[in-house]
Amino acid sequence: MSEFLIKNGYVYDPSQGINGERHDIAVKDGKIVESASSGATVIDAKDKAVMAGALEIHAHIAGPKVNVGRWYRPEDKLFHSYKRGESTRIEGGFSIPTVFKTGYEYARMGYTFAMEAAMPPLYARHVHEEIHDTPIIDEAALPVIGNNWFMMEYIKNNEIENNAAYVAWLLRQTKGYGIKIVNPGGTEAWAWGLNCLTIHDPVPYFDITPAEIITGLIQTNEFLGLPHSVHIHQNSLGLPGNYTVTLDTLKLAEGHTAKNRFGRKQVMHSTHLQFHSYGGDNWGNFESKAREVMDYVNRQENITIDTGNVTLDETTTMTADGPFEHHLHGLNHLKWANVDVELETAAGVVPYIYSPNIKVCGIQWAIGLELALFSKDPMRTFITTDHPNAGPFTRYPRIVTWLMSKKARDDQIKAFKYSDKVVDATEVASIDRELTLYEIAAMTRAGPAAALGLSQNYGGLAPGMNADIAIYNFNDETTDPAAIEKAYGNVAFLFKDGKICVRDGVIVDPGMKHTFWVDVKVKENKQVMHDVREKFLKYYSVNEGNYLVPESYAPHQHVIALDATQ
Amino acid sequence: MPKVVTDVTCPFCGTLCDDLEITVSDDNKKILSVKNACAIGAEKFNHTKEPGRVTHPRMRQPDGTFKEISYDEAIDFTARMLVKSRKTLMYGWASTSCQAMSIGHEIAEKVGGIVDNCATVCHGSSLIAIQDVGIPSCTLGEIKNRADRVIFWGCNPAHAHPRHMSRYSIFPRGFFTVKGHKGRKIYCVDCRHTDTARVADTFIQVQQGYDYELLNAFRTAARGGPLPDEIGGVPKEKVYEVVEELKTGRFGVIFFGMGLTHTLGRNHNIDIAISFTRDMNEFTKFNIIAMRGHWNVTGSGQVLSWQYGFPYAVDLSRLDKARYQTGETTSVDLLTRNEVEACFYIATDPGAHFPIAAMISSSKKPTVTIDPHINCTTEISDVHIPVAMVGVETGGCAYRMDNVPIETRKVVDPPEGLLTDEEVLTRILNRVNQLMEEA
Amino acid sequence: MVEKITLNLITCRSIQQGVGMEAGKTSKKYFDACSIIEMHEDDMKNLGILKNTNVRVTSATGSVVVKAVTTRQELVPGLAHIPMGPWANRIVSAYTYSTGEPCFKGFPVEVEPAPSEQILSAVDVVKDACGLLKK
Repeated sequence: MSEFLIKNGYVYDPSQGINGERHDIAVKDGKIVESASSGATVIDAKDKAVMAGALEIHAHIAGPKVNVGRWYRPEDKLFHSYKRGESTRIEGGFSIPTVFKTGYEYARMGYTFAMEAAMPPLYARHVHEEIHDTPIIDEAALPVIGNNWFMMEYIKNNEIENNAAYVAWLLRQTKGYGIKIVNPGGTEAWAWGLNCLTIHDPVPYFDITPAEIITGLIQTNEFLGLPHSVHIHQNSLGLPGNYTVTLDTLKLAEGHTAKNRFGRKQVMHSTHLQFHSYGGDNWGNFESKAREVMDYVNRQENITIDTGNVTLDETTTMTADGPFEHHLHGLNHLKWANVDVELETAAGVVPYIYSPNIKVCGIQWAIGLELALFSKDPMRTFITTDHPNAGPFTRYPRIVTWLMSKKARDDQIKAFKYSDKVVDATEVASIDRELTLYEIAAMTRAGPAAALGLSQNYGGLAPGMNADIAIYNFNDETTDPAAIEKAYGNVAFLFKDGKICVRDGVIVDPGMKHTFWVDVKVKENKQVMHDVREKFLKYYSVNEGNYLVPESYAPHQHVIALDATQ
Repeated sequence: MPKVVTDVTCPFCGTLCDDLEITVSDDNKKILSVKNACAIGAEKFNHTKEPGRVTHPRMRQPDGTFKEISYDEAIDFTARMLVKSRKTLMYGWASTSCQAMSIGHEIAEKVGGIVDNCATVCHGSSLIAIQDVGIPSCTLGEIKNRADRVIFWGCNPAHAHPRHMSRYSIFPRGFFTVKGHKGRKIYCVDCRHTDTARVADTFIQVQQGYDYELLNAFRTAARGGPLPDEIGGVPKEKVYEVVEELKTGRFGVIFFGMGLTHTLGRNHNIDIAISFTRDMNEFTKFNIIAMRGHWNVTGSGQVLSWQYGFPYAVDLSRLDKARYQTGETTSVDLLTRNEVEACFYIATDPGAHFPIAAMISSSKKPTVTIDPHINCTTEISDVHIPVAMVGVETGGCAYRMDNVPIETRKVVDPPEGLLTDEEVLTRILNRVNQLMEEA
Repeated sequence: MVEKITLNLITCRSIQQGVGMEAGKTSKKYFDACSIIEMHEDDMKNLGILKNTNVRVTSATGSVVVKAVTTRQELVPGLAHIPMGPWANRIVSAYTYSTGEPCFKGFPVEVEPAPSEQILSAVDVVKDACGLLKK
């Protein structure tokens, strides 16, 4: 394999505390090494920023609901197709790009890993088929477990060990990475057209509350010692006044301690917090509660969050929060798709236009930015758009620009039709903070890598780590918003596994993607295996023997093996 | 010793039953018996026993007879045809694996093909409607576990999806449906009194072609609006009565089929059925599911969608972007307007299932058909490439009518020397690459 | 009794068609299942034919000879059914109303007795139309 020496760049690597110092980075055989031999290809990174490949912690990029979004919105392909390159496949789509475009676009922005945030277990094979076809980037997927019948029964009976054995079985069956919770209990209620709006609303029939589900799953996660914490989309998403439910949920993490061998310190990842930081009690007096929420997050070191930034685009919302999508359809009357999945979960899809001419959209935009700007610990605060829910991931360059430039934010505020109302309902206009590249690197590289339990090999540039490296045409001196956005969207170089995959924003190599999944060994558990057999015989519509996603579906699989038998 | 292969998925219809048990001779060559399958599924597996299977590619001669050729010759002919043609219809895909489709799409991107699947003459109308109004739906297990109001509209599963009723929709006992059939009210809306109508509690005989009007009446009744005395031959009292019963259910579902997609109005019939379903969610839980026909037509839609963003009729002839416009890039229209230069059929039989005008056009063009058996299309093609039967002699991923992916299995060896779809397509792709590099 | 009768035609799947298809397009099962027109008994009476008489069915698109039969999938008078397949498709219009979907269901056909005419095989009925049938 080839050898490279990246010279003269400004290196931003929070995992080693390197903040914009000039450092040479040597690459050999897919790894970062101490020094390169004289035969190494030299890459001149003068005036450029050198960072680890970025990690996406939460996006909907592969699987059944994403694909519904693609095919039921042919209009999303209009005006948004790229001219095909030499070595690339046809690209298409804007808010829900095709798999080819998804891989290429992440790579062009310097991303080398993305987490599919919601994999319905019954559809795991579909998720992996799409991941298989997505070029360049490494991927993993989180099975949704927050409304699973097995889980609810075990947790209701306080059988954490059984639940852990079931989760371990499920991760192996689905080639999954960790525990995703979406609207705990509420999605099961949705199967009857109902919902759980607080953490204490009982789930119909199952006689358990969202709070009990969340707590039980945190215990399960730490029992197994999974690389990632539980990853939660809370109840009451997207509703005015929901920040109290958010605070109630976050408090459930108190008193739990992370137990794992990956250096992960938190027990809960709260995702797309923008959608959960709303004040007011209707859309008229809707306001930001980002400060209240972030005050708590800053104090409580047990949790990580991601932002879910609104990008002010026409997009396609999609979530396992079935009742929310029905509610959203009631607000905008755009086409509503829904799939309820037996014993497991549900999903809904509705297009949405975040218009700068609508006051609420402006406030949502502000809240997303406030979360990042109020953060005292960039290593626990990650940038996402909850792609494609608050906007497509391809807008990261613009979000980074807003975060790094007060001028860019002020320009956007001025452009709102109801600027005054947006300013009144938020604090964004009075925040002077401009994030540094070091902080951006923490929020997109070192931080998410640590939260995902991957910091040993990813998210940093120390010798021995995987050579996933992004080199950008900017540095801390760059202040022009347009220049920041352009540079962040078109890497000068992207190394993936030590190979150049992108050069000057152009894909030059399809890379060798890996699918990550977690294989936990647990004690033999006859009870759980009996329950599995019974549920498949009686309630599932597929045979147990056809549930497993074979390893052939995970290309170049990267298996994280754990032993939870002790 | 004969052995039993369990958890076998049936490659016939969109029900994709995955509980077949097939006994195979110990040399893996013969299927001895088939358990749990319907009459059609059993026939499919038993067909492998029939003598006279074509095992070599065949090329049509000027006198109309066929001559055996080698796979290499057949593949070279196909690749040359594809490279030469500026616009090739690449139709079928509904009876092959998703893995094979992926290879086919790569070929299509290279040579500028138009990839279309059997939805084009089947549930294409439904896909158009969903693109207009969305779809509230669920997996078939949800029906089994929760549904107490089940409507079959313009479909006849007793004939087209024989095990649908026993596995999912009428008879099974589920978690919240412990009484099985007794706990469900079954409705059938059709212009014929079908075998499905016979098992329904309520049969509503709609005049052929009046489904839109009747669905509109259902919608109006759900909202408490006034109706004329009779709608499509159905008295208004009946409509009000049925809608009230549906509202009192806890979980309702509409299964619909070609009775809606093929009749006048096409997508508009589905559109209003979906809109009615959506309206019903104001009163109770209600879902709607298309009775997809071929076992993997859904899979073709899925793969095309994640690769190009459209579920069928995907025009890649511009080479740098994918286009989709029903009526323009759909197979029957392309053929009747003579807009393609060559035809490539795989895992389907348009000769039997397309209107004749389309096939007359097709028969005038260079044509290659890849199919395990002799059929109406192979006999009017220039080259027929026989392959192993997917789901019987080779495996691969398939998608059920509710989009649930299930693996099909290999249960017996294909006849000696026969290649699989994946192998044939890979070799065509390689040959296409060679020819294009040479050019 | 009349010489011709106009009926509204639909083409659908049937289980026999499904079984026949899997037995093979050249099989007798397929031929028996699909080279038929299912009619109401009143319409047969009207036309003066008995069950299992060959009839010629003609639409605006074309014409085909099939065998008239009755069915368990009860029809109303005036409605007839030919199972989906190459015989039906000789008379199905390819017009799609820009949906891609031809007119498989609900079009007028004239049915007349044709007791002395032969029904072509599945392959021949297609070849015949394409001009590929050696006479």
